[in-house]
Amino acid sequence: MNRVVVVGASAGGLATAESLRRLGFSGDLTLVGAEASPPYDRPPLSKQILTGELTAAQVELRSAEQLDELALDLRLGVEATGVDLATRRLSTTKGAIGYDALVVATGVRPRSLPGATGASGVHFVRTLDDALGLKESLQPGQRLVVVGAGFIGAETAAVARSLGVEVTMLEPEPVPLARALGEQVGLAFGALHREHGVDLRTEVAVREILNDGSRVTGVRTAEGGVVPADAVVVGIGSVPNVEWLQGSGLSLGDGLLCDEFSRAAPDVYGVGDVARWTNPLFGVSMRIEHRTNAAEQGLAVARNLLEPGAGKPFAPVPYFWSDQYDRKLQAYGYLRDHDEIAVVAGDLRSPSFVAAYRKGEVLTGVVAGNAGPKVLRGWRAAIARQQPWRDVEAGPGQLDARSGGAGAARTGGAQLRTVDRMQRPGVF
Amino acid sequence: MQVEVDVPKCVASGQCVLIAPDVFDQRDEDGIVVLLDDSPPVEQYAAVRESALVCPAAAITVSER
Repeated sequence: MNRVVVVGASAGGLATAESLRRLGFSGDLTLVGAEASPPYDRPPLSKQILTGELTAAQVELRSAEQLDELALDLRLGVEATGVDLATRRLSTTKGAIGYDALVVATGVRPRSLPGATGASGVHFVRTLDDALGLKESLQPGQRLVVVGAGFIGAETAAVARSLGVEVTMLEPEPVPLARALGEQVGLAFGALHREHGVDLRTEVAVREILNDGSRVTGVRTAEGGVVPADAVVVGIGSVPNVEWLQGSGLSLGDGLLCDEFSRAAPDVYGVGDVARWTNPLFGVSMRIEHRTNAAEQGLAVARNLLEPGAGKPFAPVPYFWSDQYDRKLQAYGYLRDHDEIAVVAGDLRSPSFVAAYRKGEVLTGVVAGNAGPKVLRGWRAAIARQQPWRDVEAGPGQLDARSGGAGAARTGGAQLRTVDRMQRPGVF
Repeated sequence: MQVEVDVPKCVASGQCVLIAPDVFDQRDEDGIVVLLDDSPPVEQYAAVRESALVCPAAAITVSER
């Protein structure tokens, strides 16, 4: 193992390269990145970059000196175009590179809409340049239309409101953030945005973005109405960057398909947003577009790559956070396809709450608003040890689990049960 | 080893405390990082490096000299 090539120079690719060096790999290490900028951090793009709390220089993941210390062959502004597994060669827009092991960390790109290109004022908040451009548009009294009430849209809307921008947020589903957090938590966040003056319109899909030839003027909805805008943010999800791997023999689906070791083929691994792997802790195939996962998976892949015989399954408890207004939302675990949500502390309409997620008979996730660190650590540990759900219901705070009782409500496929306030929710 | 934390960048994820609880803690009120030991002993090096690597805010800087 003398030559490792990592494709993708964002959080996941950088973490892999850095881990390889830390673990003692002293061979040739090439890091290929499509963007011209050195590796930078993306979560602040929809948060502190827009507020001005952080500058472009402050979101660089490593200093030039730190990158030098890694002794990388760093190839920025270079796109991978294909791979030949048999001869172990990566082809790029600037020539071929041979490898002994290959790491695919090419991430995702935002979904687009007709009319999104060719006019200024349309933003996806995926790249630093784009976020800096959006920041210029966030002036008091300007009209911002946010297409899609997911995390990018919701965070951007919250910052824009704090800067005095008029915000209209259009969401095709009945409830914002429902796919990520479930309906009940999503409803509470929708209400929060409305309280802060966002004109949130649900069940409104956007057909196209309108412009006057140079600048965006608004969006046209599926029903034909026009919503005028000075700037538009498109936050309607993303697509894994795997097209360049088509025909390579690697298995592609929604992402690069990997096993529980994050391995796609012998000596080929996937890291970060692009990788779909089986997480043995939850027993499901998942693809996680969260910052923490990219770094954790990079570290796990570096270990497995250097010692394939002693490979360890990658079984993290996924984590993400979101900042919206005065709320810091933090989540652990796997929230999708849950069977039930129980509010175990506070209530969803207050800034501070804890909601637990059940799948089958096991605690699989927790979402907390403005929760203290000790509370969250306890919940994370409970998810990691696959705590039976009955313990959530009968926790040490003497939970009064009124199953099907006065607190029960049914919305969509999942049940919401309000459980009495837990005194010490982090401790099982 | 010298450890630095960039407090304004911290997002209170607590990953560092999970990995290196002897070196990092969090403020009770908001979960922001508290550096317990800016020059930890050698047996902590691996955990501190891992904390810096997985910190979702890239708020931990480790200098090895």
